[in-house]
Amino acid sequence: MDIPYTVEVRRDTGLINGKIGIWLFLASEVMLFGALFASYILIRTGASTWPRGDTILNVPLATFNTIVLISSSVTMVMAWASLMRGRFGTFRIYMGATILLGGVFLVVKYFEYTHKFENGLFPRTNNFLAIYFTLTGLHMLHVIGGMAVNAYLWGPGAKLWKTNPAWFTNRVEHSGLFWHFVDLVWIFLFPTLYLL
Amino acid sequence: MTSEHAATSDHAATSDHGADIDRHVRVYITVFVALMVLTIVTVAISRFHLPVPIAVTVALAVAIIKGSLVACYFMHLISEKKLIYAVLVLTAAFFVALLALPVLTVHNGFWIH
Repeated sequence: MDIPYTVEVRRDTGLINGKIGIWLFLASEVMLFGALFASYILIRTGASTWPRGDTILNVPLATFNTIVLISSSVTMVMAWASLMRGRFGTFRIYMGATILLGGVFLVVKYFEYTHKFENGLFPRTNNFLAIYFTLTGLHMLHVIGGMAVNAYLWGPGAKLWKTNPAWFTNRVEHSGLFWHFVDLVWIFLFPTLYLL
Repeated sequence: MTSEHAATSDHAATSDHGADIDRHVRVYITVFVALMVLTIVTVAISRFHLPVPIAVTVALAVAIIKGSLVACYFMHLISEKKLIYAVLVLTAAFFVALLALPVLTVHNGFWIH
């Protein structure tokens, strides 16, 4: 039996199932990151002192990473737009760029983290660092997860384009929604941790 | 009525659909430029070291604008179906509760510095 409503919409919802599914998943992710943000607010407002982000963290590097992630969101949506235009080759280029930019983000985070560790700054050092490593660490795991799915759609998963291009396009769109969400979380993380 | 953004069996990539996508691509580039500008703005404002409550408000305002641009245009929320909006409104309500409730339990006030 085939997976239903991968291309044709359900009459009652007006949507394909995958679209609803990914949005429901993103809703749960909002609660996950929301819980951590709430913890951050509570810990910070309860603390007698709290360092300003730029006194401990590297703002230029993080600004660069913000630009990298926003750019990857653009290449992601362009990958989907390429498929909508029937251009598979262009899709491959844009999706490849998205994965590459995700990799750049991870490399920068690696340098950020190792620099902290080399200077004896660990999550256990103080509350600020605990919050910083937890929030950015969880975000980083989401970047890796998104890259894994995108890599599958770029590589072996792309076979589906030949047999069911509409279904493949929708898969790319749904993966894109997750990737944009990862970008959105960073858009809030960056000022919250680094600039305030 | 099918969602204009799903690749459905009714309209996979056709030429008139192509013009529609062209319009979308122009929007994506515009939003990208706006996001870059807002990133510079938010970093520049942080250099002024404003008092924490003001700094938080301004930073959050810029972040909300940036986030809304990503959500509305990259995630196509601006033209989504009612069911998705309903899910997100519910999520927003619970998110606000998640943030607000713990703060309300702090007996000696919200903003302790």
